This record gives sequence, C-alpha cells and structure tokens, in this order.
Amino acid sequence: MFMVTTYILLVGFTLSVLYPLIFVLSASVSSGDALSSGEVRLWPVGFNGGAYQAILDSPQLVRGFLNSVLYTVGGATIGTGLTLLAGYAMSRDDLPFRRWVMFFFLIPTLFSAGIIPTYMIVNSLGLLDSVWAVLLPGAMNVFNMIITMTFYRMSVPKEMLEATQVDGATDFTFFFKIALPLSKPIIAVNLLFYGIAQWNSWFNALLYLSNADLFPLQLVLREILTQSEVNPADIGGNVAELLRRKELFDKLKYALIVVAMIPPMIAYPFVQKHFVKGALIGSLK
Amino acid sequence: MTAVDMRPAPGATEKVITPPLNPRPSLKRRLAKSWRLYVLLAPPAIYTLVFLWGPLWGLQIAFKDFSVALGITGSPWAGLKYLEQFVTSFQFWTVIKNSVILNVYELIALFPLPIILALLLNAVRSSRFRKSVQLITYAPHFISTVVVVGIIIMLFSPDSGIVNQAIVALGGEAVDFLGVDMFRHTYVWSGAWQTLGYSAIIYLAALAGIDPELHEAAKVDGASIVRRIWHIDVPGIMPVMITLLILNMGSMLSVGFEKVLLMQNALNLSVSEVIDTYSYRVAFASSIPQYSYASAIGLFKSVIALGMLLLANWLARRVSNQSLF
Repeated sequence: MFMVTTYILLVGFTLSVLYPLIFVLSASVSSGDALSSGEVRLWPVGFNGGAYQAILDSPQLVRGFLNSVLYTVGGATIGTGLTLLAGYAMSRDDLPFRRWVMFFFLIPTLFSAGIIPTYMIVNSLGLLDSVWAVLLPGAMNVFNMIITMTFYRMSVPKEMLEATQVDGATDFTFFFKIALPLSKPIIAVNLLFYGIAQWNSWFNALLYLSNADLFPLQLVLREILTQSEVNPADIGGNVAELLRRKELFDKLKYALIVVAMIPPMIAYPFVQKHFVKGALIGSLK
Repeated sequence: MTAVDMRPAPGATEKVITPPLNPRPSLKRRLAKSWRLYVLLAPPAIYTLVFLWGPLWGLQIAFKDFSVALGITGSPWAGLKYLEQFVTSFQFWTVIKNSVILNVYELIALFPLPIILALLLNAVRSSRFRKSVQLITYAPHFISTVVVVGIIIMLFSPDSGIVNQAIVALGGEAVDFLGVDMFRHTYVWSGAWQTLGYSAIIYLAALAGIDPELHEAAKVDGASIVRRIWHIDVPGIMPVMITLLILNMGSMLSVGFEKVLLMQNALNLSVSEVIDTYSYRVAFASSIPQYSYASAIGLFKSVIALGMLLLANWLARRVSNQSLF
C-alpha cells in the first residue's frame, strides 16, 4: 500500500516536471491555429516548423545565438583556466600563507559588494559594452575552486610530487606535465559547469551591454518575452492580421525557449554524476 | 598579493643549506622553494583582486556623494546620509516585508519537499526507476532563469496560456498568476518545480550512508516500511536536515534576485519589490541614477546577509557540529 502511494507520487512528480518541457516543445512545432484554440495539450497538433524557420531568418536571433556560443566557449575556457590554477596551488599544503590566501578568495564571496560597485569597477576599467564585460565579472567561482582543490588533494598523491622533485622537477613542470594530464575529469566538470552557467546568464549582459549586436540569446529572449503582444498600431488595426501575427509571435516565443534550453539539456546528463559530487561539496557551502 | 611580492631575493636559495635557527629563514626557504606556486596563483588572484576586492573598495561610495565627474576617490564624504535615507524612506518597510515574506515562504514551503522526495526515492527498489526519476527531475536545475520565467509567462498567461485555458474550460475564471494575489505562490512553486529534484541529492547521499543492516534487523522484527522510514531513515538524515535548514536560513536574503526581477511587472510591484530589485531600480532604471543611494541599499543587505550567515554558521556548529568556518 505504501509502495503504491510512493510510486504514484514519484510518477506524478516526474510527469509534472516533464509536462511543461514537452508542452513547450510541442507548442513550438504545432500550427498557430491549434495553439491559439487550445488544441495543443501534450503532443504537437498540425506539425509546422515555421517558428524555427523564422528564428533562422532573423539576423538578431541568429546573432544572439552565435554570441551565446562565443560567451559560452570563452567563459568556460577562462573560468576553467583560473579555477585549475587556483585549485592546484591551493591544494598544496606547502604553499606559504595558504590560510591567508584562502581568506583572500573567500571573504569577497561571503561579503559581496553588490551590483553597483561592481558596475563602477567594470566601467572604470573601460569594459562597458565589450565582450569582456560579459566574460570577466564572475569568471571564477570560488566553490568550483574548492571542489577542484579537493580533487587535486585526493587524486594527485604527494609521493608523486616528492618523487619528481627528487628528479629536479619544478612546480611548473609538475603542474603542466603531471597534474594537468591527470585532471581530465575535473577539467570536464569545470568546462561544463562554467559553460552552462555562461549560456544561461543574462544579467551581466543586461547591466553592461547597450549594443544589441553583443546581446546573448538569453537577453534577446528576455526582451522578446517581456514585450507585450504585437502592437495593433503596427499593422493598422487589421484584426485578422493581428491574430495571425500573435499566433506566430507566441510560437516564436516557444521555439526560442526551446533553443535557449536545449544546450544545457544535452550537456548535463554527461556530467550529472560529477555535478552530484559537486553539489554535495557545494551544498555544505 | 601577486607573485612579484613573494619572489625571494636573489641568493636566497643558498640559505637552504644552513639549518634554520628561527622561523624567519624557514619562511624564506619555503618562499624560495615555492614561488612558482604563487606564479600559478597570480591570474586567479589578480582576477579576485580586480573584480571582487575592487568592488569592495568601491563600496565607499555608499558613504559619499558620488558624482561621475569626481570619481570614486574624489567624491566628497557624506557619512551615513544614504543609509539613513534608505532606512527612513517610505519604501523601506515594503521592501523589507516583501523580501522577508518571499524568502520565509520559500524556505518553509521548499525545505521539507526534497526530504520527502529523497525518502520516497530511497524506498524504491528498482534502480532503473530511481535513476530515470532522478535524471528527469534534475533537468530543470540546468535551465536558465529566463527560460523558467518564460515558461511561466507563456503557460500561465491570463489570456492564452494553457493553464488558464484549462481553468476556463472547467468553468473557472482566468487567474493572473503574476498578479498581486498570486505572485508569491507562482514564484515559490515554480522554484519547487526547478529545484526540488536537485535539492534531494544531498539527502539521497545521506540515506545511502545508513547501514542497511538496521533495515534488515527491523524487518526481521516485523517493522513496516513506514515505521522503518520514520525510525531509521529520518533520524539517520537528521543532522544533514538541521545543517541545511540553518544554512538555508543563513543565505536567505541572497537568493532569487534575477528571478524576481524577471517576474516583476508594473502591476505586481507592491509585492515583488525586494531589497535587491529596489537597489537595482534606484541605480539603473530611474531617470537620474543615484549610485551612492543604491550602493548604500546594497551594503545594508550585504551586512544583514553576512550577519545571518555567521549566526546560522554558529547555530550549525552548536546544533550539529557542522560548519563552514
């Protein structure tokens, strides 16, 4: 009896998580008529890929997508690089003043200055309205650094370091020739973590960018979503035309939501296991 | 603290040979040996210095009459003027009330659910079923806030959203889910949709650590599964529960800014304006940007948030011997 209830609850919850995702996908490929008359409930009705064609035809949306790809690759590379360097150095017990360096990294994370002072620093560095304003603030995450540090502690044995030091290897040689090749799993985790975070981010872009040519997809999506429906004045009050536009506009929104959420959805099952480990360390923040 | 400062004077390596008589040479020796580690540390340290410590230094404008022409250091000091302006402003209590209600509601509603989910999942025998449930329910965690809010706007829209179409078809009246009455519920329960599966991870891990022999022994004694969950599983994860509850309380004010900002509209402002969004609005959405005032609001929040975190940490250490510091 209890087990039956358990299965019902779990299946119910899983379906309620899944339903909005499937609905959005179905709505984006259904015909506009079916969508506005409420015929689309779960599966697509009157299959029609027009919304995706419209996305491909819009230079603004294509540029947003490409910008997001660029930010994702850039953010993942920079974040992972910084995290590996800090994580490795901090994993070494013989690092002088290690405790103080740790405070140096932790304090501004625990006590953040807030949006405005960060904006002023970015502004005074002359980064406003540049790609770097999206990539640099928030480039490294201290919790990732701690996870990476823990990884090096556990998987690069001290004896290995001592053995190579006897052979005259410096810390540089050891890090680049021995520690890095052993770091493939943690590199993958960091790349995906920073990549997904950067793909999903929009607030830095909202804050620091005014040139719409640099907007990432999420920001473009936000602007389109918050736009109230099609303005009747634009099309001379033609009701039939207005309805048609509105249907297309709704479909376009659904299709954009799909495009914006697909990349993390594809990436995350590959690192789910590692994310779980990360979440365990991270949730004891 | 860059590598350059740490580099030892030339010739320092010779000192390695002489045995250290006091801590000083030992330190020099350590620096001589490991300056390369500081070189590795330099890029992340410079990043942290510029983008995290820089803003902390810039926070002084909360105590200044900031003007763009004079810059951060050149602007005249104004003392506590802007903190006072915030505390005495007519918005103050609304903003505080909204922040507290939203966060307390979220904490109370969302804290028990991952625990229940984890207990139920843990009771399931079939590992394939368990894995599929986990794979699906983790997914929303990786979706962006913009997309989540987009889904809310589209599915719950009063005129064309599927949810309201269903409500109307069943004879009800369309509900504005982002309106004043529903805003908080929509915010919290969409959060449940997004985070529940992922938040259950830590409890599942704690449950995996419970000795299966306890369950076997209880089974032999004829204990039902409900009793075993109540008397074995729940006490087993109690320390984790307490720690997480306290830590969640500690980070309460710091979460949700982006989502609130995205869900905010002119009509729900009376319930959706929280400290962070108010500060953002003062600085960037008003005709005259009041940077000093906005920074003071941000500082007010950071101080309270840090205080709560330290308090929570202290409580966690006392109650369950787990803490961050």
